[in-house]
Amino acid sequence: MSLVAFNCNNDDDGASQPMGPDFSGTYAQQDQMGRPAVNTVFVSSGMKDAFNTTVPSNQGAAFQAMFQNNLEALSPAYANPGDTNALGLDSATFTGLLATDVLNVSLDGTTTFFDGTNVLTGRALADDVITVELLLIFGGEDFSENPGLSNDNVDANDKPFLTSFPYLASPW
Amino acid sequence: MKKTKFLMAAAIVAIATFVVIAADHIDAPAVQGGTSDITDFYAFQGENTSNIAFVANVQGLLGSGSDTQNAAFDENVLIEFNIDNTGDNVEDLVIQAIARDGKMYVFGPIAPSQTGLNSTIATNATNQLSVDITPYGQSAIIESSGGMMAFAGPRDDPFFMDFAQYSQIIAGNATSFNNPGADTFAGTNVLSVVVEVPKSMIGGTGTINTWVESKRRQ
Repeated sequence: MSLVAFNCNNDDDGASQPMGPDFSGTYAQQDQMGRPAVNTVFVSSGMKDAFNTTVPSNQGAAFQAMFQNNLEALSPAYANPGDTNALGLDSATFTGLLATDVLNVSLDGTTTFFDGTNVLTGRALADDVITVELLLIFGGEDFSENPGLSNDNVDANDKPFLTSFPYLASPW
Repeated sequence: MKKTKFLMAAAIVAIATFVVIAADHIDAPAVQGGTSDITDFYAFQGENTSNIAFVANVQGLLGSGSDTQNAAFDENVLIEFNIDNTGDNVEDLVIQAIARDGKMYVFGPIAPSQTGLNSTIATNATNQLSVDITPYGQSAIIESSGGMMAFAGPRDDPFFMDFAQYSQIIAGNATSFNNPGADTFAGTNVLSVVVEVPKSMIGGTGTINTWVESKRRQ
């Protein structure tokens, strides 16, 4: 009954809408992120907006070669044939992984970027992701190369995280 | 040899242009310092180990006080968590978050009406809830519904790095990090959206590929 009455007052509105916020319209992509620091470190300056607006399934084909060039410029040992990082990945394989900028997350247990045992099973707040990435870029086959470049020696956040939702610390 | 030198020079020029950027803070010209600039993304098992928590942070490097007090989620910016659970790096599910009049509305997980760069908001999603955006200085406001939880508001930036020294190394002014290092992000805040969902809503078992996007209303 009330629906009929409502429609009588809104002749040109065929479908009655509940009152509430307007969520209509199309939203177009501006930024995206999977793994930390990927766009910052591996994408050349003129391509950063393009990287942010390329769907992940197309990023490997579009950007892997650029990633490899930039990795070998940062860490020239990677240009040597057979050179790998501690994950056993050579320059092409490592940048092939990174260029598709998604975060892999396990639904079956520990979720961490790297904890000494588990690799790329998520990203927890306390993970020292920058040192992990520096080790994989500069640390060589056994994390022993370039020790001065392989750890920024900032190992933890400036405030403790919470054990319960929402996990992040209160603002300063 | 010549080619190698060229590549090195090109990369050093590219990298030297970074100023105060790190995890994804201020990563690209189109979003730098704007309301759609994603600073970080996290996904991890929740306190309830049957759940996964997703964290998207935007608008980084907010100082304590008025800087954070005056920061607000942009009602024209959709924050979208993308979940691929079939291994092709195309989203099978999305969780959409957008602010309206002091509340953060969360839709999904739901199969998107279209994949890729353009989105419409899935107001018909079975899974949805809204939560008051926590004002600066107040205790976290949390809303729960159907096994999901949501939070939105200012938080301490959880990212940590000696970005200043990294910049000095890249610029050729230093050859190593300091020990101890200094956290360039100490004392700064971000605007956070945290959504926790049962694993059963996003595939149940196995590995998902996930990423976050910001999308602006056209």
